Amino acid sequence: MSVRLSRWVSLGLALLLIAAFVQGMFAGGKKETAAPARHAFVFKNTGNPYGEKQMEGFRKGIEEQGFQAILRAPDQPTAEAQIQIIEQLIAQRVASITITANDFNALEPVCKKARSEGIAILSADSALNPASRITHINQADSEKIGRTLIQSAYDMAKGSGEIAILSATSQASNQNLWIEWMKKELNENAQKYANLKLVRIAYGDDLRDKSVAETEGLLRTFPNLKVIIAPTTVGIAAAGRVVTDRKLIGKIYVTGLGLPSEMAEYIENGACPYMFLWNPIDVGYLSAYAATAAVNGKITGKEGETFDAGRLGKYKIVKAGDGGTEVLLGPPFRFDKSNINEWKKVY
Amino acid sequence: MENSQQAYNIEITRKRGLVDRIFQWETLLGLLLLLVIVVNTAISPYFLSIRNLINTPSVFLDKSFLVFPMILTMVLGGIDVSVGSTVALSAVIMAVSYNAGLPMEFAILLCLLIGTVCGMINGGVLVKFHELSPVIVTVSTMIIFRGIAYIILGDQASSGFPKWFSFFGWGSVGGAPFLLWMFILASFFFGILLHKTTFGRKVYGIGSNRIACRYSAIEIDKITFIVFALNGLMAGVTAVFLTSRMGSTRPNVALGYELEVITMVALGGVSTTGGVGKISGPILSVFIIGYLSYGMGLANIQAPVVLVVIGSLLVLSVLASKTKLWKW
Repeated sequence: MSVRLSRWVSLGLALLLIAAFVQGMFAGGKKETAAPARHAFVFKNTGNPYGEKQMEGFRKGIEEQGFQAILRAPDQPTAEAQIQIIEQLIAQRVASITITANDFNALEPVCKKARSEGIAILSADSALNPASRITHINQADSEKIGRTLIQSAYDMAKGSGEIAILSATSQASNQNLWIEWMKKELNENAQKYANLKLVRIAYGDDLRDKSVAETEGLLRTFPNLKVIIAPTTVGIAAAGRVVTDRKLIGKIYVTGLGLPSEMAEYIENGACPYMFLWNPIDVGYLSAYAATAAVNGKITGKEGETFDAGRLGKYKIVKAGDGGTEVLLGPPFRFDKSNINEWKKVY
Repeated sequence: MENSQQAYNIEITRKRGLVDRIFQWETLLGLLLLLVIVVNTAISPYFLSIRNLINTPSVFLDKSFLVFPMILTMVLGGIDVSVGSTVALSAVIMAVSYNAGLPMEFAILLCLLIGTVCGMINGGVLVKFHELSPVIVTVSTMIIFRGIAYIILGDQASSGFPKWFSFFGWGSVGGAPFLLWMFILASFFFGILLHKTTFGRKVYGIGSNRIACRYSAIEIDKITFIVFALNGLMAGVTAVFLTSRMGSTRPNVALGYELEVITMVALGGVSTTGGVGKISGPILSVFIIGYLSYGMGLANIQAPVVLVVIGSLLVLSVLASKTKLWKW
């Protein structure tokens, strides 16, 4: 590169940098003048539409109570990155932090630090371990989700064949719990599922390219595969894509938990006969009310306590399978050809 | 290009006027650090407090121990991209051996040993096969080391360490984080090693003119081997601190650390072609990048924006160091 050109390039970059700083200064300056208590939500990573819906619901729930919401997500779905964000939130002295955890145990030290500074810590969707959290906001009964998904696979495979699971990261607490219940459903009804064989659990890490690669790996390794269960919105969309592209519609079925707007195409073309989900906006909204209730001291995370969750009504804290407590949003909802058209516009 | 670069190096070493001192790279980095602190203070009311400035480094210092041996490696004219994987492998072996019954003290020593062995493998291969470039060798071991970590632990995490182990990452001594003290200690150790010993002079020599060094009977192979072994050792140290901060470990920890470390070293004014650079530059850039991303996080600026800013900073610095902006 000529010396003159690189001088101009560096001048340009310097200006860009200054512009970014100044822009940040103004954006930050505006935010900091507000006085109301601030409540933070930390999702797994950026670029996940499901997470964006949750954050949107959280913002709505916080703002309609007159508080300020801070929405954060790291660029990689790792616990390291979430620790850094939580440290930054502690330094800002937020009132509460609600976390969709990338790792069940690894956030415990930083959460303990936050709680020692008087910050309320909750988890939503993907749990923190009971020692780290006040309570957990769960989408739906984990047992019901796990069992329902196996029953759906049984239905789609017409009673016999090989099935595989395409999950998120291997440490995602929510997916692991559902997979446990799937295995329980298979083992407890061994007679009914005698011809249904779970051949592999693959991990797509909630990254699109990795989920596609893992799906293709499953198809290559198990040519007789009948059903792929993907209990994650990124995974199910990737599986739907691969089955459609490889013209395997009717040979391999995809089911699991998916966003209607992303899955409409695959439900309509038959790659995914039906799937389930709750409303992620409501998960965020419910978390917002749980967070403020925890800050006000209305709930301390004990079984049996109740709180008001705006338009969703009254909620009760119940015992969770991991030894802590949780709040359940409601039963999962089934999406198929008959209702996908109206729901794909909602979320 | 090659000639002008060399002429430039000679000029730096010859002239030591006031102007050159003011416009040397480390002074500019110092000003940049000051700018970052001033802007952060303007962006967020929570940034500027002594307590915060002293405690913040524990957020980013765990990976910064890798910076020191990377300075040596790059001054030598080499590079080591396997350090992130070495961190993962030594952390995984430490966790697994502890959970298999090895006392934690020995598990930590084992972790340092595994790291060093990984570095020695890199160094050994490079010394044995001169025709291979450091990039190729360490890219291969980067894949191999992480692969072994996955074979050992699969897709699982390993945790359950004793309580005292969290002191390394979270404890503080005399009001400052333990990590910060260790970083200062490491700075002195590597600063003396690079600038005050014959070993350090030889590293510069090899990086500036490998052929002349060979004719001068300087032990190029021995020094290369030691520098890569140091990379491994510090990766082991990083593994201890990182695992302590997380309280658990997985085969995919420290993903991409090698690039963050190389960014810090390059921003610190260490030439990627070898022979040029000081210990103080990368130390300053550790704090520039650390405070920059922490401060932008405090202002709740989203992660991708932070990446863009750091990326432009790096290109800018490399261009500036090549063109001598002050002689416009």
